[in-house]
Amino acid sequence: MKDFIIPDRDFGTPAAKSKQMVTLTIDGFDVTVPEGTSIMRAAAEIGISVPKLCATDSIDAFGSCRLCLVEIEGRNGTPASCTTPVAPGIKVHTQNSKLKQLRRGVMELYISDHPLDCLTCSANGDCELQDMAGAVGLRDVRYEAPPAAEMATHFRPKNNSGIANPNYIPRDDSNPYFSYDPQKCIVCSRCVRACEEVQGTFALTIEGRGFDSRVSFGMKSDNALASDCVSCGACVQACPTATLQEKSVIEIGTPERSVITTCAYCGVGCSFKAEMRGDELVRMVPYKHGKANRGHSCVKGRFAYGYASHKDRILNPMIRDSINDPWQEVSWAEAMEFAANRMQGIIAKHGRHSVGVITSSRCTNEETYLVQKLTRGVFMNNNTDTCARVCHSPTGYGLGQTFGTSAGTQDFDSVEHTDVVIVIGANPTDGHPVFASRLKKRLRKGAKLIVIDPRRTDMVDSPHIRAAHHLALTPGTNVAVVTALAHVIVTEGLFNEAFIRERCDWDEFQDYAEFVSQPQHAPEAVQMLTGVKAEELRAAARLYAMGGNGAIYYGLGVTEHSQGSTTVIGIANLAMLTGNIGRPGVGVNPLRGQNNVQGSCDMGSFPHELPGYRHVKNDNVREIFETLWGVKIDNEPGLRIPNMLDAAVEGTFKGLYCQGEDILQSDPDTKHVSAGLAAMDCVIVHDLFLNETANYAHVFFPGSTFLEKDGTFTNAERRINRVRKVMAPRNGYADWEVTQMFAQAMGANWVYTHPAQIMEEIAMTTPSFAGVTYDLLEEKGSVQWPCNEKVPDGTPLMHVDGFVRGKGKFINTEYVATDERTGPRFPLLLTTGRILSQYNVGAQTRRTDNVVWHDQDVLEIHPHDAENRGIKEGDWVRLASRSGETTLRATLTDRVNPGVVYTTFHHPDTQANVITTDYSDWATNCPEYKVTAVQISPSNGPSDWQEEYNAFAARSRRIAAAE
Amino acid sequence: MSHDGPHAKLIYMANQIAKFMESKPLDQGVQGLAAHINDFWEPRMRRHLFEVIDHGGHGLRPLVMEAAPQIRRPAEAA
Ligand code: SF4
Ligand code: SF4
Ligand code: SF4
Ligand code: FES
Repeated sequence: MKDFIIPDRDFGTPAAKSKQMVTLTIDGFDVTVPEGTSIMRAAAEIGISVPKLCATDSIDAFGSCRLCLVEIEGRNGTPASCTTPVAPGIKVHTQNSKLKQLRRGVMELYISDHPLDCLTCSANGDCELQDMAGAVGLRDVRYEAPPAAEMATHFRPKNNSGIANPNYIPRDDSNPYFSYDPQKCIVCSRCVRACEEVQGTFALTIEGRGFDSRVSFGMKSDNALASDCVSCGACVQACPTATLQEKSVIEIGTPERSVITTCAYCGVGCSFKAEMRGDELVRMVPYKHGKANRGHSCVKGRFAYGYASHKDRILNPMIRDSINDPWQEVSWAEAMEFAANRMQGIIAKHGRHSVGVITSSRCTNEETYLVQKLTRGVFMNNNTDTCARVCHSPTGYGLGQTFGTSAGTQDFDSVEHTDVVIVIGANPTDGHPVFASRLKKRLRKGAKLIVIDPRRTDMVDSPHIRAAHHLALTPGTNVAVVTALAHVIVTEGLFNEAFIRERCDWDEFQDYAEFVSQPQHAPEAVQMLTGVKAEELRAAARLYAMGGNGAIYYGLGVTEHSQGSTTVIGIANLAMLTGNIGRPGVGVNPLRGQNNVQGSCDMGSFPHELPGYRHVKNDNVREIFETLWGVKIDNEPGLRIPNMLDAAVEGTFKGLYCQGEDILQSDPDTKHVSAGLAAMDCVIVHDLFLNETANYAHVFFPGSTFLEKDGTFTNAERRINRVRKVMAPRNGYADWEVTQMFAQAMGANWVYTHPAQIMEEIAMTTPSFAGVTYDLLEEKGSVQWPCNEKVPDGTPLMHVDGFVRGKGKFINTEYVATDERTGPRFPLLLTTGRILSQYNVGAQTRRTDNVVWHDQDVLEIHPHDAENRGIKEGDWVRLASRSGETTLRATLTDRVNPGVVYTTFHHPDTQANVITTDYSDWATNCPEYKVTAVQISPSNGPSDWQEEYNAFAARSRRIAAAE
Repeated sequence: MSHDGPHAKLIYMANQIAKFMESKPLDQGVQGLAAHINDFWEPRMRRHLFEVIDHGGHGLRPLVMEAAPQIRRPAEAA
């Protein structure tokens, strides 16, 4: 669909990558473009728009509509400018009487089979067919049907004699977000190509030929919802007519302005145009110049924003004396006073170490910075932590130890230069869909794929993609597999000696080489343990080491283990061994879960480090903040989330300010979390909804959505993207303002009036952010840290001329079996994950139409294990571990190996974390979500715990009626 | 994990770190273990750990005991 607010020019065909330049003449003007550019694009470069219908610059030209004809001096005929490449010295004419006549003829044919209800059409003003009719000067349609033989059309439901038109297909409204109205289709196939080339799902096809050709969602019987479609919106974006259109536009009308902002769902950090009419959001359209997404999106960012106006959203502050009381709505001033009094009371009685904060990976950098400043500069301790603890804390530790920075090494564009990709413990098509689309695009062009995952994820086998190797390891054996890969690389002499000698510590390498060469690390030796065939593993190691540019992408399946940090170190070792660091197409890339996990880590959310990953023990670092804030900062590390809960149960931790996190649902061992929360005297929850944690809260501060505030998010590529306010906060205040009010109530003298000032303070105190300002972001769109005097434009690739820490450090990675073992009582291994349409604990996505794709969590179980237990598809099953039990429905699939079961944790009713244990990563306490020994048996319905908890939650959510 | 004794969890955590550090040369392992606990363990946790160490370190892996002299004793509660 065309962009009509801030017109992002459509150049008709994608940019050519060649360095070779070609000069030609178009309508008398000289133009110089890279070799391989289409004539259409070359003309667009100098502002000449050749009429077109089937071409758009997000997909390759197809040349089917014949509207874009041009003449080239000395050549015969009228070639299509979208499919004809430029050539040196040619003289092109885009407009003359012959071309005009031909184009009118083409348009006449299109319009003769198109309804003429433009005025009431939902795409009115946003339709390329309409524009082209205008552009070619179409004034009448001469095809008149003879009275006897009515002309066949696709748009008349009935012919004149009242007989149903067999060519008429009614509108398909099955997708909750967009409709497909075949009567308006011009069969340009832009949608089909977008689904293939941009999204990589291949859900659409053109069926039939000639007049009979129609767009179809897979098999004829499929509607959009039942098809393979993942609702990414790429086809809607590409469609030039009203055929595929957002329902919100049909309902509201066309937008009148747009604001560029950043998706608040996942760590890909896609840029969007929020298209508005007044303060109503009409639609979110992926922004073509967004450097993370390059104009693509997934169902969450594109469509799932309805939670912002959901009726469950709490808009007034609330307080209560005890968690057994109903909530009282109060004014902001009263809520602040109540909260500050309680916190001050706790500090007076139990000391300054008895309170703390949890920052949010969903909030902005500026908001996170303020929350950690609250605990460090106002509460006077380092008790700050963030949900990154439960997902990527091992990344920070592992990459910090080996490379010297706690972040991924590449930008997403890098994948275009990759030859071999290892995806380990990640499910990008569900967790990081836009990155997955970019990865799949590269794989379709020939890059090789190795998947290391207990489950057969969609990456392993999907349309036009098949992994070269799938190492379906037993959950919990990552370290053994990664070390065995290193064993093969070292013992078969496949390592890059020149790189290691130059860039790493050679002595440490030798020590490491000796370690991994030990026979117990050979693939044959660990095969029984890991379940991965030695030959397969050897082949994968050889491919990664010798296959050209090798890149590793990994996710929570790596970090959420008792040896999460060790695996991250092992991955870094592999990259160093093979010299796959420091150039495009290689690297080590964590796929971050939530939108601002990277940012929340950067901003000093962890209890041992100040912003910029600098330990609190360093006097010179504390001094920077002490001078600026006028306080003394504690030089001892503070409590991590699990430690806070332990201390709460023990009685030495009493008060918590928790912004934008739902630790009760997202953290492991729910019963331990609830015991910790219940033991506290003041829990302040700052969120959009009464989340599960709020059941244990005494104060509720309503939060604001990303649409309602200014700030920045930092994505998995270290890219700092702007979040821009498109409407006033419905709750009255942006989250940073709420934190500031609370700090003021606690006696702080903070006076920020705009997040830009907070960023100024971050830049002033944190070297890797020294060059970051809102002005710079305005100018460049986004920037990747480090960004400072040395690298004023930021840093797309890290460790280019040497590792940040100096020499790369090899560290031995001994496999230590988790203590979470299967046995006779709990013979199966449960591993957890997420799915595309839902996000994390689902608080937002559950409050959108995305529930049509996932209305409950289900348990995947291998048919063999199911049969042994008498479980059939769709049965309720009881899932029990050492920690607890819950019930959910089962689905039978061979995606999981026998002995392994899998579920997601998006729905609070499931309480999957009642099952998970409190085992955690040795270095960071990141919980071991990915391995829990369980047993499964048939069941009749929800467990006692679920019912009890639901009753408690309902009681706890009561809000007293206003007098 | 066995939940015996008030400090079972801390002992478990210290031993987990020890298992990683044991694959390093001894002096590096000792130093690494102490540094890790100094850097990441809040004083309350270190205080509890010393309660165990000072009572003979029952349940702790030898490397933890070896590193104990290098672990910072927390200042008395503020
Ligand atoms: S929404 Fe995306 S997946 Fe669905 S048909 Fe369109 S392009 Fe394909
Ligand atoms: S649905 Fe739209 S994009 Fe697809 S063929 Fe029809 S008109 Fe073209
Ligand atoms: S959820 Fe992630 S991939 Fe989807 S639009 Fe948002 S940032 Fe992009
Ligand atoms: S735009 Fe060139 S043939 Fe359709």
